[in-house]
Amino acid sequence: MLIKCPHCGTRPVEEFAFLGDAKPKRPTSNDPATMDQWFDYVYLRDNPKGRFDEYVHHAGGCRSWLVVTRDTATHEVFATVTAREWAQRP
Amino acid sequence: MTSFRLAKGGLIDRATELSFRFDGKGFTGHPGDTLASALISNGVHLMGRSFKYHRPRGVISAGSSEPNALVELREGGRKEANTRATVVELYDGLVARSQNRWPSLDFDIGAINALASSMFVAGFYYKTFMWPKSFWEKIYEPLIRRAAGLGHASREPDPDKYEKSYAHCDLLVIGSGPTGLMAAVAAARGGARVILADEGAALGGSLLNENEEIGGVSGLTWAQGIIAELGSLPNVTLMPRTTVFGWYDGNIFGAVERVNDHVLEPSLYEPRQRYWRIIARRAVLAAGAEERPIAFGGNDVPGVMLASAMRTFANRYGAASGKSIAVFTNNDSGYRTARDMTAHGVRVEVIIDSRADAKADAGGVPVLRGRKIVNVKGGKGVAGVELDDHTHVPCDTLAMSGGWSPIVNLACHQGAKPRWDAAIAGFVPPDVGPAFTAAGSAAGKMLLSECLADGAAKGALDGKLPQVATCRDEAFAITPLWWVRESTGKAFVDYQNDVTPKDMPLAAREGYSDIELVKRYTTAGMATDQGKLGNVNAIAILAEATGKTIEQVSTTTFRPYYTPVSFGAFTGPFTGHHFQPVRKTPLHEWADEEGAVFVESGLWMRSSWFPREGEDWLAAATREVITARERVAICDVSTLGKIDVQGADAGAFLDRLYCNTFSTLAIGKARYGLMLREDGIVFDDGTTSRLAEDHYLMTTTTANAARVMSHMEFCHQALWPDLDVQYISVTEQWAQMAVAGPRSRATLQKIVDGIELDDATFPYLAAKELTVLGGIPARLFRISFSGEHAYELAVPADYGSMAARAIMQAGSEFGIAPYGVEALSIMRVEKGHVAGSELNGTTTAADLGLGKMMSAKKDYIGRMMAQREGLTDENRQCVVGILPVDKSDRLRAGSHLLKRNDPPSMANDQGYVTATAWSPALDRWVGLALLANGRRRHGEIVKIFDGLRNIHMYGEICEPMHYDRENLKLHA
Repeated sequence: MLIKCPHCGTRPVEEFAFLGDAKPKRPTSNDPATMDQWFDYVYLRDNPKGRFDEYVHHAGGCRSWLVVTRDTATHEVFATVTAREWAQRP
Repeated sequence: MTSFRLAKGGLIDRATELSFRFDGKGFTGHPGDTLASALISNGVHLMGRSFKYHRPRGVISAGSSEPNALVELREGGRKEANTRATVVELYDGLVARSQNRWPSLDFDIGAINALASSMFVAGFYYKTFMWPKSFWEKIYEPLIRRAAGLGHASREPDPDKYEKSYAHCDLLVIGSGPTGLMAAVAAARGGARVILADEGAALGGSLLNENEEIGGVSGLTWAQGIIAELGSLPNVTLMPRTTVFGWYDGNIFGAVERVNDHVLEPSLYEPRQRYWRIIARRAVLAAGAEERPIAFGGNDVPGVMLASAMRTFANRYGAASGKSIAVFTNNDSGYRTARDMTAHGVRVEVIIDSRADAKADAGGVPVLRGRKIVNVKGGKGVAGVELDDHTHVPCDTLAMSGGWSPIVNLACHQGAKPRWDAAIAGFVPPDVGPAFTAAGSAAGKMLLSECLADGAAKGALDGKLPQVATCRDEAFAITPLWWVRESTGKAFVDYQNDVTPKDMPLAAREGYSDIELVKRYTTAGMATDQGKLGNVNAIAILAEATGKTIEQVSTTTFRPYYTPVSFGAFTGPFTGHHFQPVRKTPLHEWADEEGAVFVESGLWMRSSWFPREGEDWLAAATREVITARERVAICDVSTLGKIDVQGADAGAFLDRLYCNTFSTLAIGKARYGLMLREDGIVFDDGTTSRLAEDHYLMTTTTANAARVMSHMEFCHQALWPDLDVQYISVTEQWAQMAVAGPRSRATLQKIVDGIELDDATFPYLAAKELTVLGGIPARLFRISFSGEHAYELAVPADYGSMAARAIMQAGSEFGIAPYGVEALSIMRVEKGHVAGSELNGTTTAADLGLGKMMSAKKDYIGRMMAQREGLTDENRQCVVGILPVDKSDRLRAGSHLLKRNDPPSMANDQGYVTATAWSPALDRWVGLALLANGRRRHGEIVKIFDGLRNIHMYGEICEPMHYDRENLKLHA
């Protein structure tokens, strides 16, 4: 499997470490009433067959955290953005 | 011994003679031979024994699909088991042994299994060894283990080298027969970067084996012309002896190149094999097709072989498989063998064709149409065949052809199933997209002209088709015959596993009718050949038995590896000391001079203790502790992770990473920090110092240094990208040493430049950048893990050993000694400091007695989840100190704690001892433990149970800090 790092170009999968689903957003409130949101953020993960946005760390390269969109069944990679760009998406 | 070498012909060097040994007996052959062709030319067909019945077996094929002629090749550490004699290139001095026989290949006691063959039907493992249950471990399993298996692996290390390599190309062509050559040349002429890989020793594929005519010359001459052209192009890499064994994501192919398997020993600087990862923009599967056997009585008698194999042995190797040949076929290609063998001057008795309407050109050989073989006479060699009309045909060799199966394997490695093509009676590759296409006979195109044209079309990446030479086509027509129902002798579908045509219907009757289950139940298609020859027949027979079509039954799953790959190739150069890198600290050289015993800690080598004459580890560590507590001692702590954090938001960033606060830390001071995971469990700890307004230096535990760095990067980039902060690991840039003990201040005072280390200028938790030894940059921290008045000094890595030597010299008047991680560990248990065995991925800050560190004034990683009911339950296990009631008892880490009068049980378990140490200061064993509701149980006497050693004793619970509870020594 090959992943195109926005900084380093196309690199082999061994250089990357996978964290998992990039969809959950960390809640911003510490109000006890938001506990359910925190549970979802920490524990609830989708496990789809098909298109999936995933946090990937270019640990053996530029050390950037990326979000790779790939097909979990075919491993086709559709897009790669930096986690920074992902965090700032609308 | 009669020679079966033909008088002329073949691609062998007859002028050179090679000597080799098979089962201890000497033979000769020629360069260009395989082990199988050399044995056949010496009249040897018996090359192995079958797996279950130990039946005598001869060579069936002339290539990589061979199921029978498996040998142990070479000896000692170079021995390779289950090697196919058909692909072993002959070299002078080759040594091979047959397998799965005892005492000899000729007389094998295991053959009595055949007499009990009713026992060894499909699923016999599951039926025969069921009862009595007590027999399993002592009798059945050892029996099966002795009887089963093929060759024996060597017990000596492999002395040869292996390599790993990457390659990139526009087009990878797999297979160098007519199709592959056309594909490669079409792409190469357009300027594409081409790799042409073939498992054979020479390129040319089937053109090396068959009589063909292309462009008015022999197929071989035509191939040599194309190969010469490819070899002259700079954009082409030719890779003979290279098996492409797997197709992976991203159009990456795995391949193994047998660089030096064809010589006695690799030369000094060359590997035996090279493991390739080939990244291909496009790839063409031109692997060709595999001829199938037919299942009829006695189809495994040595001397029965595939028709294509027989003509390959004759055409390519000049080896005649016999002197009196019969051919049994269901398709036109069998006739080629009759014609080729006749041309070589070998007598062909008859062609037995199962088709009543066969029309192929027999070249003058008599043809019996509409007839089948029901049995082959003979045991270790063919004596003749019996037909279904009860006639007998004398012969000493039998060529069989059951049709052709395109070699679809690689195209199916990502899960797609091949498609049945009734016209050729074979499975053809699935459409897996434009990046990987099959061509020629691998794609079901059975005529040479189709192969040449298809190869050219698939290889022409720029759309410019090269001119395709005209050629002579051999007719291909088939009427399937999978097995001969009327067989009177034992017939085999899968040779390697002794699977017969009766096993498939039996499996179906017993409820295993899915092909994947049939494979496991009957073992058809298992083991080293993975059913390359037998699978299609097995599928067809199952279809017949279950009333399904072959398409409906479909195939089992094709997985890498196409043929077996040696462990050496996978391992590459990463063996022994090269298995993983060794990390040495900047103080390693100094510690080594001081006589350190090193211990592996992850990749690090850490100094563990520094024994003096006659000391064991405990005596040395005890002395080191006493030195630190009474005088001064020095320890290498360079392995702790160090992360330099800078930027306007550095303090704010640390506040979010740690549960306590760092933005309020004064410049020039250090503070202990505790980091949680987002689920509220403790992640890591260490001191962080503030060197300037916007500059911090973090330390992490040795074990978590890399993990903390990745965590910081994630938190910053993915969670809070707006923070103005930069950070980098400086673990390897700094040598760091702890200098501990009442005389540590006096020792260090002698090496620091221009600073008084008194409590006014350098108080407890001071952290300053300064210089030592006349200008060497350094960082000094007044922090203590030992509980003594202590410092940690960091200098740039290259100055490490020199600084340590200077400190040893400065402290010599006070009796300084080095100490290792054993002494460090004793002192931390004495002081009740938590470490790895308490920060174990299940404990909260409160469990560790550090609950007060959790700030309520800010958001930080883990804050919300740490408030969960389960993590704040007062009955949770928390850290306590423990002392044996009997002062002479030795505490053991891992022992469980129970209420004083409870018997040991899971239900009664109250916690366990996490760390122990023999305390020289207290003259007894002391420990730390995790105990349910422990903080309220100080003073309670508990039972300590060590189930491994069966030790019961009593202990008193106390606060974790055993030594200097008022911290008088720390602040002295």
